[in-house]
Formats: sequence, structure tokens, C-alpha cells
Amino acid sequence: MTSDAYRIVEEAQIKQNLPSRKTKERIAFLFVWLTGFVAVAVVLWIIGYVLLRGMQVINLEFLTTRPQGGVSGKGGMSTTIVTTLYLVLFTTAIATPLGVGAAIYLVEYAAETSRKHPWIKKLVSLARSGVEILAGVPSIIFGLFGFALFVSTLKFNFSLLSAGLSGACLILPVIIRTSEEALLAVPRVYREASLGLGATKWQTISQVVLPAALPGIITGVVLSVGRIVAETAIFWVTLGGSYHLPENLNSAGRSMALHVYILATETRAFDKAMGTSAILILIIIIINLLINFTCRRLSEKAMGKTH
Amino acid sequence: MSTHFENLETKIEVKHFNSYYGDFKALRDITIDIPKNFITAIIGPSGCGKSTFLRSFNRMNDLIPNVRTEGDICLDGENLFDLDVVALRKRVGMVFQRPNPFPKSIFDNVAYGPRAHGLRDQYLLEEIVQNSLKAAALWDEVKDELDKSGLALSGGQQQRLCIARALAVEPSVILMDEPASALDPIATLRIEELIQKLKENYTIVIVTHNMQQAARASDYTAFFNMNEHRAGYLVEHGPTEKIFTNPEKKTTEDYITGRFG
Repeated sequence: MTSDAYRIVEEAQIKQNLPSRKTKERIAFLFVWLTGFVAVAVVLWIIGYVLLRGMQVINLEFLTTRPQGGVSGKGGMSTTIVTTLYLVLFTTAIATPLGVGAAIYLVEYAAETSRKHPWIKKLVSLARSGVEILAGVPSIIFGLFGFALFVSTLKFNFSLLSAGLSGACLILPVIIRTSEEALLAVPRVYREASLGLGATKWQTISQVVLPAALPGIITGVVLSVGRIVAETAIFWVTLGGSYHLPENLNSAGRSMALHVYILATETRAFDKAMGTSAILILIIIIINLLINFTCRRLSEKAMGKTH
Repeated sequence: MSTHFENLETKIEVKHFNSYYGDFKALRDITIDIPKNFITAIIGPSGCGKSTFLRSFNRMNDLIPNVRTEGDICLDGENLFDLDVVALRKRVGMVFQRPNPFPKSIFDNVAYGPRAHGLRDQYLLEEIVQNSLKAAALWDEVKDELDKSGLALSGGQQQRLCIARALAVEPSVILMDEPASALDPIATLRIEELIQKLKENYTIVIVTHNMQQAARASDYTAFFNMNEHRAGYLVEHGPTEKIFTNPEKKTTEDYITGRFG
């Protein structure tokens, strides 16, 4: 055979089809660029619109006085900021250890224990699909569950306690799934290296696997924080709507998102709903930046300098 | 076949060892003595069970479901299947095919093993880290940047870091599973020089695909092949020079001259 036999396409043919291939590339590039531009523009437009309109009512007084109630929507939003922060702290404090612990079990131990006991295998696959399904269930369903269990049956009433527990149920599947994915992404060779040095399984998990999975786990927690800050329906039926500052876990309250909802639907103060929304967006941005920053510092400390 | 070398102290004694993955027999009736403070190379075609055999010495195969073994492997006269696996792995260190430093600083990588075994004294840890890095011929390159991530090093440096990490727990045996296969020729040579230096204090078992490497870097060579059921077995074991110049079996000669494998 001559070397010509290996030529899959004749050069003349390449010369001929090159322009149309390049045109296709240009069209694809334009399309991708355009979709990216539209997506970013829409998001920026929404944020910009809310911030601009919100700015008109935001001042120190708006931030530091509590809502007054009534259809005129008088007053500020101070107590709703505090209530939101309480909710975030309470829900993540419950859901993070539970969720990460469950993910560690599912990834590191479930296979081993189900080899020994076949019924555990069934339980584990049931738990896995349960987590999948729960992650996609609308928040109002969690709200109704929280209302039925915490508010009425356990008689916690409308309170931070009821809302925090319901909110923790809401974000638990999210944290389990993201942590599971983060743990699965840790290369097997790290585990082998650690075990090969005579470390126990738990030392391997806590010293090597968890630190390597930390950025992924933190991403899950950040997503959950965003969800808690943004949710309305679930807290409408578990937190009540009191605009007073919660004094303890048994106090009812009003989160920022809930305040926006109430202002927009039950009062004439649409401008204040916009103002509250603007602050809400700013707080979400600040929380994201803070968590990102601490995460990077933490991982640099744990992983050593990369430059 | 069985081998025992006169006048040599045996470090690891393997007797009629079989290993199975489920129903599949991966290793068939291996009997071999690994001499103390020498480098033993294990060579053979792909899939003949070299790595499975090596990973039996620190029971790394325990991690794989459905692995079953028969026969004995004795380390200093103790059957290692009777030992606690954590204690065993302190005595038998391992270096893997691809450099796998932890995503931690150089210092924390080397100090990982001693810390896992309960050492907290910072002064002692620093001493161990320094000694291990010196023994692994990496100290001069990294002594000023011990807080740098192990992942920021070059491939060859990473593999020497992994060797230092293994040395830090003071094993008496070091297993190496194709330790230079992911490295460039210069880094490979440095690893081979390092292995030569280490044999004064350690018994080294190295799996390699590279004939020249086995010929250059080992004192004894074991040649594995597989039978028609793909079960690995030991063909021949002897001084490296003899295996490479005057092997007893025809298959050994065919393999080392590149006729198959």
C-alpha cells in the first residue's frame, strides 16, 4: 500500500469544505456568546432594578426601626434582618452535622455494612432514593409537615423552633447530596495512601477525605443558606409573621423574604417591599463572599500554599 | 516452584499463597522467600497478578470486596493475616504507581503517618520530617518551603515526597508498585538511585514493567506469568543477574528478550 491509502480526506476536499466548517464555527460561537450574554444581562437587570428602586427607601432609619404593621406598611425592617440571621444559624447548625454525617455514612461505610447485612443494603437504597425525592419536593410541603408536626402536634406553635426545625428538614437533602458528591470526588488514592501508612479508617476520613471534600461541602452549605434566606412559604406556616424581635426559640418572627411577601400582598408599601428585597440581595451576596473567603483561607491553611 | 537462598535472612516468607477475586483465581500457589535488606523486583506481563501479589503484603486488597486468600505470608516469622491490619501497615510501607501526595503542605504530608500513630511532640515531628526528606533525597529542594502544598511539586519530587512519607512511619519493608511509571527518564533515574540507597535499611519489593529498571535496580528478580485461566503463578525467582543472563526456564528468557508480554 502506498501512503496515499491512509489519507482519509483529499486535500482538495478540505480546501472546499473549510469555509463552511468555519462558518458553522462562527455561528455556534455567536449563539453560545449570545445565550451567555442574555443570561447574565437578565440577572443583572433584575438585581439592578431591585437595588435602584430599593435605594429610594433605604436609609439608616429603615434599617434600624422595626416594622409597625397595618396596611400602610409603616416602619423599617430591623427585626426581620435579625430573625433571618437567627434562622440561618439555627437551620445550618442542625442540618450541617446531620447531613455531612449521613453523607459520610453513605459514601464510606454503607457498602461495607451492607455486605455484612443484606437488609441494610435495602435500607440504604431506600434512604438514597428518599434523599433524591426530598431534594425536589416544594418547600410548602415541608412547611405543611412542619406545621402538622412541630406547630400543632408538638405544640411549639409559630416559633423560631418550629421554623428552624422545618427549615433544617428542607435543606438536609441538599446538604446530604452535595456532601455525598464532594466525598465521592475525593480520589481513591488518597484513601489508599492514608491507610497504607497505618492510619485507621476514621483517621483517613477525618484527616484526608473530609478536608479534601471541604470546598464541595461548603458549597452545599452556601446553597442551603441561600435557600433559607429566600424561602417564604415554609416560614409563613411555621414562623408566623410577628414583626417583634424574637426573644427566644419559642418566639414567632418574620424573616426578610416573609416581610417582602407581606408588604407586597397586604400593604400599600410596595416601595418598602423593594427596599427590603434590595437588602435581602445584598445580604445574600455578603454571606456568599464571607463563606467563600473563609473557605479559601481554611483550605490554604489545610492544604499548604500552592504558589 | 520454591526458592530459598542459602546464607540470606528471609524477611517475607510466602507459602502456597492463593488469591481470589470472587470466583476468579488471580494468584496460584505462590511460594517465595523475600530476602532481608535486598531489592526484589517482580516482573511479568500485564494482568499476571504482580500488583495483587504486592498488595497482599500490606493487605491493601482487604479494601476490595470479595477478595479471599489461602495460604500464608509471614513477616519476620509472623503470619500477617493474624496481625492487626493497622499495625501491619506501619511495618510495611507502600509507594504507589502515581505520585499521590495529600492535598496538604509538604510538612503535613510527611508528618501524617507519625501523627496518625499518636506522635504530638512538635520538635520530634520536625526531626522526623527532616530525616525522612533527607533519606528520600528531597530535603535540599524543599527545606525552605515546607509549608508549600505537596501538589505544587513536580511529578518526580511528588514521588520522592511519597517515599519520604512512607519512610516517616519507620517501616522495615517498602512496597513499590511501578513507582516510576508516571515519571520522566531523569526523575526515574533519581528514584532508582534512591531505592539503591534505601536497601541498607529496608527490604524493598518493587513491581515493574520496565525490564531495564528491574535489571538495573534490583538484586533479586521474580518472574510471574499467567496460565490459560489467567491465574498468575511464579515461574522463576533468583539473583537478577542470573535471571537476565542465564534463566532456567524458557518462558523467562522469552519474556525478558521481549518475545511476549
